[in-house]
Amino acid sequence: MSGHSVEDIKRETRVYVLVFVALAALTLVTVAVSYLHLAAMPALAVALLIAITKGTLVACYFMHLISEKRLIYAVLILTVVFFAVLMSLPVSGHLGSTATGHTI
Amino acid sequence: MQIPYTVENHPETGVYNAKLGVWLFLASEVMLFGALFSSYILLRTNAAHWPHGVEEGLNIPLAATNTMVLIGSSVTMVMAWAAARLHDLKKFRLYMGTTFLCGLAFLGIKYIEYSDKFHHGHFPSKSTFLAIYFTLTGLHGLHVIGGMIVNGYLWGPGVKLFHRDPARFANRVEVAGLYWHFVDLVWIFLFPVLYLL
Repeated sequence: MSGHSVEDIKRETRVYVLVFVALAALTLVTVAVSYLHLAAMPALAVALLIAITKGTLVACYFMHLISEKRLIYAVLILTVVFFAVLMSLPVSGHLGSTATGHTI
Repeated sequence: MQIPYTVENHPETGVYNAKLGVWLFLASEVMLFGALFSSYILLRTNAAHWPHGVEEGLNIPLAATNTMVLIGSSVTMVMAWAAARLHDLKKFRLYMGTTFLCGLAFLGIKYIEYSDKFHHGHFPSKSTFLAIYFTLTGLHGLHVIGGMIVNGYLWGPGVKLFHRDPARFANRVEVAGLYWHFVDLVWIFLFPVLYLL
């Protein structure tokens, strides 16, 4: 993905178009699924799964993480760890509030 | 004084300085939006009742259109970078100009959505849902504006660098693209979370 010859770059652009088609299709799927009015948990699982797939495509191909240097991966791993901590905070907060009966 | 490692990779990091700088910046952006997503989860899981976006007047077709617009702008952005690397200024301007216009279209659609909500009295003070909705989409909208300023600069006056140092110019387009794709990525998660769930 990170070649420098004219042919490499032209090959990359074809991949970008394919990724765009996949992203557009996944957007249509996520909207269509929302009209099925699934129960809360399956709806959440499907929507997040599609969003994660789309996000991965953008990060891997448009942000070319698929062929990035080791230092960038190190920065991102650290970011993911802190992001996971941030996301876990509301869960622990929710458990705490349930125990004390407080709600927002 | 010459700024070092604008084109060639730094021997210790393996990337040119601007790329490392932008990735570090994006890491801080993940924390910024992450804190707000975290707040969203906290508010939602502790609320006695959490409305579906449609109940609060959100327009799914408009938001889906905006998703398509932003995804389209991401592909034109990466095409602009490819054109810059191929030293094709005409195509660069075409793709970068399209990216800019997509950003404008996104904000235009967002303006229609916001106007409609305000018209119906759906202000941030009305409910917790609308408060977090306007905070998240407003902050995201500011990021779109920021990206458009950079993209507009690269399309217009910034193109002088293309004639002087095309490799450095292509790198500038690449890092501007990294930011723009991140803005797209945030919207990819905002759309289902706020509108569909």
